[in-house]
Amino acid sequence: MTPTMLPMTADAGRRPLVNVDLMRWHLSASALWFTVSLLGGLAYAFQFNNIYPFPGVEWLSPGRVRMVHTNMAAYGFIANAFIAGMLFAIPRLTLRPILSDALGWLIFGAWQLIMVLTVAGELAGYGQGIEWGETPIFVDPLVVVGLVLLVINLSTPIFRSSEQGLYVSLWYFLAAFAWTGLVYFMGNYLPQFWVPGTAGAAITGLYIHDLVGLFVTPIGIGLMYFFIPLLLRKPVWSHALSLIGFWGLAFFYPMQGVHHFLFSPIPMYAQYGAVVATIAVEIVVITVIANFFGTLHGRSDAIRGNLAVRWFFTGLVLYAVTCFQCAFQVTLTFQKIIHFTDWVVAHAHMVMFGVFGFWIMGLFVELWPRAVGRPWANPRLLTVHYWLTFIGLVVMVIDLTAAGVVQGYSWAGLSHWGESVVASMPFWWARTVAGLLIVTGQGFFLYALWSTARQPRTAADVALAATARA
Amino acid sequence: MERFGASFLIAGIITFLLGFFLQGLMPVLTLRKQHVATVAEIAQTIPPEFAQLAEDYPAEFQRDFGTVSPESFARALELGKANYIAEACWHCHSQFVRPVSNEDLRFGPVSTPEEYQNMMNLPHLFGTRRVGPDLIRESGKHSNDWHMAHLYDPRMVAPYSVMPSYPWFFDAERRPTARALGLVAYLQWLGSWNVQVPATIYNVDAMRGGS
Repeated sequence: MTPTMLPMTADAGRRPLVNVDLMRWHLSASALWFTVSLLGGLAYAFQFNNIYPFPGVEWLSPGRVRMVHTNMAAYGFIANAFIAGMLFAIPRLTLRPILSDALGWLIFGAWQLIMVLTVAGELAGYGQGIEWGETPIFVDPLVVVGLVLLVINLSTPIFRSSEQGLYVSLWYFLAAFAWTGLVYFMGNYLPQFWVPGTAGAAITGLYIHDLVGLFVTPIGIGLMYFFIPLLLRKPVWSHALSLIGFWGLAFFYPMQGVHHFLFSPIPMYAQYGAVVATIAVEIVVITVIANFFGTLHGRSDAIRGNLAVRWFFTGLVLYAVTCFQCAFQVTLTFQKIIHFTDWVVAHAHMVMFGVFGFWIMGLFVELWPRAVGRPWANPRLLTVHYWLTFIGLVVMVIDLTAAGVVQGYSWAGLSHWGESVVASMPFWWARTVAGLLIVTGQGFFLYALWSTARQPRTAADVALAATARA
Repeated sequence: MERFGASFLIAGIITFLLGFFLQGLMPVLTLRKQHVATVAEIAQTIPPEFAQLAEDYPAEFQRDFGTVSPESFARALELGKANYIAEACWHCHSQFVRPVSNEDLRFGPVSTPEEYQNMMNLPHLFGTRRVGPDLIRESGKHSNDWHMAHLYDPRMVAPYSVMPSYPWFFDAERRPTARALGLVAYLQWLGSWNVQVPATIYNVDAMRGGS
C-alpha cells in the first residue's frame, strides 16, 4: 500500500471527495433495517418456544416475519452498510468522487423504497418462493435497475482514476459489480418464470450461494483490504497472497451452488462438482485470512485499543472458523446428518452476522464519527454493545450447531418426529436468550449512534469533519 | 488504467458464466428432454382426498370450487400453492426425500427428478430446513379433517408442535375458507403420484403412534 492510498486532498473539481451526507444516510438506514431484522428474528425465535407475541395476526405470521428477518439482514443491513463503506473507500482509493451525487441520492431513496415495499409485500402475503429472493415479484425489476445504477455510480471513479495500478479492494469491488446484478436476475427470474423443478432448484442453490459468495463476500473482503491497513497504519502483508486469494475466490466461488441441495434429485455430477469446488475455495480462503493476520502482526495491541479493529478481527476469526467448518460440512458424509437441521441455521448466522455483520459494526465504529462530524459520545456503550453481540452470537452458533447434531441423529435413528422437536426445546430457548442479548446490544448501539449525532460540536469536531470530507 | 479495470469486470462475468454453466445450465440440459407437465395435465388425475374434500365440506366446496373436476382441482392446486408460498411453509417443510438418513423409511420413496417436471414446481419448493417433516409424500398420510384441525391449531392434533396457527384460513364459524380447502388439496396432492403401497406403511411417525 502506497501513501497515495490515503489521500487527504480533494481532486481538482469543486466537489468534496467523499459525500459524507450520503454515507451517513446509508449508515442510518443500515442501522434501522438491522433493527427491523433483529426484532423479526427475535419474534420468530419466540415461535419455537410457543410464546409468539402476535398469535393469530395474519400479517405478523411467523412465516412471513422470517422473510423480513433474512431479507432485511441481507438487503437492508448489509447492502446499505456496504454502499456506505464503498462511498468512503472508492473515492479515497481513486482520488475521484462518485459519478453523481444526485444519482447517489436517487439510489439511496430507491433502495429504501425497495426495503419498505419488500417488508410490506412479504407481510401482506406476496413473498416470492425463492430462498433469499423472497422480495415480492413486483419489486424485483426495481432492484435490478437500482443495482445497475449503483454500479454505474460507483465504478465510474475507478475507471476515471489516473492511478497506475488498482488496489486489491477495487478488484473485489469491480468483480462484485459484475456479479451482483447478474446473480440477482438469475436467482429471482429463472426459477420463477422459466426453469421448473429440479433444474430450477439447481439455479436457486446457485442463487443462495452466490448472494453470499459473489455479493456479500467480495465487497466485505474488499472493504477489509481497505480499512484494516488504514486503521493499522501499515501496508497489506503480502501482495502475492492478495492475488492468489482474489483469483482463487473469483474462480471457485461461482461454481458451488448445488451444495445447498446435496442428495436431492439434482444430477449427481453437479453435486460432486459443487462439493469439490467448495473444498477448493475453503483452501483458497486461508490465503486471505493469513494475509489479514500477517498484516496485524506487530500491531496486535490495536485489538485492545481500537474497537473497529477488534470487530474486524473478531469477524476474521469467525470467518476462519466458518470456512474450516464449511470444508467439512459440505461433504456428503456430514450432509447425511446435518442437512435440514439447525446446524445450517447456526452456520448462516455465523457467516452473515458473525463475519460480515461484525465487519460492518467495525465500519460503523470507524465511519459514524466521520459521518456526523463528532467523536463517539459514549465509547463505553460501544464496548457493551460489542460484548453483548459477541457473546450472543457465539452462544447462538454453538447452541444451534449442537441442536443440529441432536436433530440429525434423532431423525436418522427414526425417532418419532415429536421426539426431535421436544429434544430441540432447550436449544431453542438458549437461542432465544442469545437473541435477546444481541437485541439488547443493538439497543445500546442505537442509543450510542443517536447520542453521538445529537451532541453539540466542538471546534475539534469541525476539523475532524473536514478531514472526513477531504 | 481503464482497460485494467475492465479486466476485473470481464473476469467477473466470465467466472459467473462458467459457474452458471456448470451448476445451473448443465442440470437444465440434462433434464431438457423430460416432459414438463402443465397444471391442467396434472389435474387430470384427481387423488381420492380431493373428492373426499367435497364430501367433508360440501357447502364450502360447492361455494369455492363447484364440483369435483379436473378444472376445479387445478384451481385448488394453484390456490393451495400460492398460499403455501405466501405463508412461507417451505421455510420449515422440505419437499424431497433423500436416499440417506433412513428418510425412505420415514417419508416414503426417494425423490426422482421427473417428479418435479411440472408447472406446480415453478418455482420449485425443495426447501432447505425441516422444522417440521418433509411433505413430498404427504398425500393420504392424514385425513382432510386432520389437516384442517392442524392448520387451525397444530397443537390440537400434534401436542409437541411449534408450527404457527393459521386461524385466518377459517371463517367466524371456524369453517374452512377457499384458502384452507386449496391448501389441503395441495398438501394431499403432494406425492399422490407415487403412492405405491399404503402411505402409512412408510410413515414411521404414524406407526409409532400419535401423528
